[in-house]
Amino acid sequence: MSDMILEAPHAGAMPDSAEDPIAAATAVLKQRFPDHIQDETRDGYEGIVVHPDKVVQVSQALRDELGFNYLSSITGVDLIEENKLELVYHTYSINQGGPALVMKVQVDRDNPVLPSLVPVWPGAEYQEREAYDLFGFQFEGHPDLRRILTWDGFHGHPMRKDWKEPFFEEDNKPFGSRWPGGEVSRAEEKNPFGKNVQYPAGWVPTLEEPEAETDSYAGITYTREQSTGLKTDKVTINMGPQHPSTHGVFRMALTLDGETIVGLKPVMGYLHRNHEKIGERNTFIQNIPYTDRLDYISSMSNNHGYVLAVEKLMGVDVPERAEWIRILMVELTRIVNHLWAVGFLLNDLGALQTPMLYFYIERELILDLFESTSGSRMMCNYMRFGGLAYDLPEDVRGTPIMKFLHDLIYDRLPRALEQGDVLMTGNEIVRARGIGVGYLSAEDAIAYSTAGPVLRASGVQYDVRRAQPYSYYEHLDFDVAVRYNGDIYDRYLIRLDEMQQSLRILQQVLPHLQETEGSSIISGKPQYAIRMPRAGESYGRVENPKGELGYYVTAKRRDANPARYHVRSPSFINLTALEKMSLGHKVADVVAILGSIDIVLGEVDR
Amino acid sequence: MTTTNAGAASPDIAVPDEVQNNVVITNLAKLLDPIYNWSRRNSLWPLGFGLACCAIEMICTASSRFDLSRFGMEVFRASPRQADLMIVSGTVTKKMVPIIVRLYNQIAEPRYVVSMGACASGGGPFKEGYNVVDGVDKFIPVDVYIPGCPPTPQALINGLIALQEKIDQQSIATVPWYRKNDPTAEMIPVPRLGPDLYDMRQVDIIKKEAVKSEAVTEAS
Repeated sequence: MSDMILEAPHAGAMPDSAEDPIAAATAVLKQRFPDHIQDETRDGYEGIVVHPDKVVQVSQALRDELGFNYLSSITGVDLIEENKLELVYHTYSINQGGPALVMKVQVDRDNPVLPSLVPVWPGAEYQEREAYDLFGFQFEGHPDLRRILTWDGFHGHPMRKDWKEPFFEEDNKPFGSRWPGGEVSRAEEKNPFGKNVQYPAGWVPTLEEPEAETDSYAGITYTREQSTGLKTDKVTINMGPQHPSTHGVFRMALTLDGETIVGLKPVMGYLHRNHEKIGERNTFIQNIPYTDRLDYISSMSNNHGYVLAVEKLMGVDVPERAEWIRILMVELTRIVNHLWAVGFLLNDLGALQTPMLYFYIERELILDLFESTSGSRMMCNYMRFGGLAYDLPEDVRGTPIMKFLHDLIYDRLPRALEQGDVLMTGNEIVRARGIGVGYLSAEDAIAYSTAGPVLRASGVQYDVRRAQPYSYYEHLDFDVAVRYNGDIYDRYLIRLDEMQQSLRILQQVLPHLQETEGSSIISGKPQYAIRMPRAGESYGRVENPKGELGYYVTAKRRDANPARYHVRSPSFINLTALEKMSLGHKVADVVAILGSIDIVLGEVDR
Repeated sequence: MTTTNAGAASPDIAVPDEVQNNVVITNLAKLLDPIYNWSRRNSLWPLGFGLACCAIEMICTASSRFDLSRFGMEVFRASPRQADLMIVSGTVTKKMVPIIVRLYNQIAEPRYVVSMGACASGGGPFKEGYNVVDGVDKFIPVDVYIPGCPPTPQALINGLIALQEKIDQQSIATVPWYRKNDPTAEMIPVPRLGPDLYDMRQVDIIKKEAVKSEAVTEAS
C-alpha cells in the first residue's frame, strides 16, 4: 500500500540531497533567482521571501522541477508596523511527504498588487479571493476577483489590523471590567443603532442597494453557442442558501444548458463568523473552544490541530497518556464524521434519513463518551497545550470506561460498519448514481489543492498522518486508504475504508490506555494565561476527517494573543474543485457530488 | 377541558346523572380555543432550516434516540409555505439575515420562532464578530429562547414543550393574525446589505447619525 501511484512530474530535476529536501530546493531556487529570493530573517520564522515580480516563475519551478506540487494554504498577514502586507504560501511535495516549503511575498500595504497563482495552481482561486476580501490584496490575472466571505459593497477589509468592528472594545483580551465602578457597560448600548452595525461617515442609504441575492450572478456570463442539432436555452438557477441538500447555508449559482450544467459558482459566507478576527483578539487558550465550532461534527480533531500549532511555538511536550487519549478521541471523531458523511451522502441520493437513523445509534454512543469525558456532546473543548483538560471518566452511563471502549471498538462499531456496508455498497441506486459521476483526476485533485478523502479517492495516497507524522501516528500500524476512480462511489467507499483503518488504530490504542492508567495527562501545571516564550510562526496540520486542517499561528515574544491566526480549512479548499467535478452533469448529481465532498459550513466560511 | 360535574357549571341545563362525565357545557368561543390550540400544538411542522452547529443537534433531536415525532413535530418541511415553526438553529450572520427574514415572511400564519442556542439568541461567542447579528430577535419576533451552545436535544425538546405551553395560552379572539391592522402580524421589511447590514426600519436613525458623523469628520 505504500507505493506512490504518481510519478513526480519532472523527477529528473530533483536535487539528490535526500536529507533535507527543503534546504536543497531552497538552494536551487536561490541559484536560479538570486536577485528575487531572500532568506527569512525574522527570528523564529522559516522559508523564503520572494519578490512579487517572480512569484509565478518561482511557483512554476517549485511545482514542475522541485516536486513541491501541492499548494496547501495561502495566508494573508497584515504587518502593520512595517506598512506591508504579507502572503504566506505553504507548498508540499505529494510524492515525498515531509514538511512544507514556505514561500512569502511582501507587498506595500497601500498598494498590495501581486500576480495571481491561479494559472499555476487552480486551487488558489478561492484562497486568493479570501485574501482579497479580508486584506485587500489585488491579484493580477485572477479570473474572478470578487469578495467571497463578505458581500460586494462591504466597507473595508476586515482582517487588517486597523479595521475595527462595531462592537470593538479593546485590542486584546482579556478585556477590562465591564462593570467599572459598579455600572454595567455593554457594547450594544453604546451603539446608536442598538445592533452590531456601523456605517462609514456620512453614508445614507439610497434604498437602491442590491438585495443580497443579486450580486452573486455577476460572475456568470454565457453566450449562446452556434451548434447544430437541438437548440437549448441556457438558464441560470439559484440553489441555496436555504436548501435541504446543501448541508447548511451553502449556495450555488448554476448555469444549465438544457439540463446539463455548464457553469457553477459557489457563493459562501452565509456562516462567516469571523473566526480569525475574533481569534486574534483572544488569548491562545480562548481559541480552543472556537476551534470546536469550525468543523462542528469533528471538534476533537480541530482541537488537535490548534494545540499542535501552539505547542510547537511554545515548545512543550505532551505526556504519553495524553497522546494516546488524543488519538483515541481523534479517531473516534473520524468515525463520527464519516458515519455522518456517508449517511448524508445516501440522504442526498434519495435514501432519506434511513442510513442516518441506523448510524445515529453508534454515533450517539461515541457522543456519550465525549459527553462524559469533556462535558459536552459536540463542543468538547477537550485538549490543552501540553495535554488534556480531563482524564477519561470512570464510566460512561454506568459502564466502566475500558469495557465501554472495548465493546464499542471490537463489537458495536465493526458491526455497524458491516451492516452499513452490506446494505449500501451494493445498492443499485448508489452504484448507478455514484459510479463515474463527479470525476476528478489525480492531477486535478492535486492542482485544486483538495485534501483528505477527496484527494485519496482520486488515487493520490497522501495522508498527513503518514506524510508528516504527528502525535504517535508513526508508531501505529495502519494503511492509508486509497481509491483510484475519483468518482462519488469511490469517495463513498474511501470513507468506509478509513473507518476500518480508524478501528485498527483504536484497537492498537486500547492496551496503551490500560498501561498508562493513572499517569499524568498534562505536562507541568495547567496554564491559563500563556505568554509565548519566543516570537515566531508555526503551522500545525492534522489529517482531519475532511482533509488537511492547518493552523497558521504567529506570535510576538511575551504576548498572550496570537498576532496572526489563520485556519486552512479543508472543506473550503475542497470546494474549489466542485465546478470541475460538476460540469456536464445534472442538477441532481451536483447534490450528490457536494455530499461526496462532505463540507461543513462552519469550516467553509469560518 | 373539564368533564366533571358539567351540570354544576350551568345550573340552567339539566344533565342526566348517567351522562355527566361525557357532557361539556360551554360556549362556542371557549370550546373553539382548546380544540384549536390542541390541534396546533401537536402538529407543529418545523421548517427544515439549519444554520450552524445547532442544526446538528436539531437533526439528532429528530432522529431515533430523541424522536421528535412524539410531539408531532418530526415533519420537517423544506418549503416555508408548509411550515409553522422556524427553529433558528445557529449563528445568524449579516449575509444570511435577509434570507431568514424573507423565509419568516413566507411562513403562513400561525407561525412561531424558536431561537435555538446562544448565537441565535444573542450572538453567543461570535457576538463581537463583524459579520454576526447579535440575536435574531433584532429582526424577527421570537417566541422561545433556548440556552446552550449548542443546546442538547433534551434542551431543544424542553424549549419546544415551552412553546406548546405558550400555544395553550392563546385564544382565537386575541391572536394577531386574525385581527385587522395588528402591527405584529405585518410583513417584516427585508434588511439590506450596504456597506454594512441595515434595517429598513432604521433608515431615519441612520440618516440622523450620518449628519452627526459628517459634522464630526469636518470638525476634526
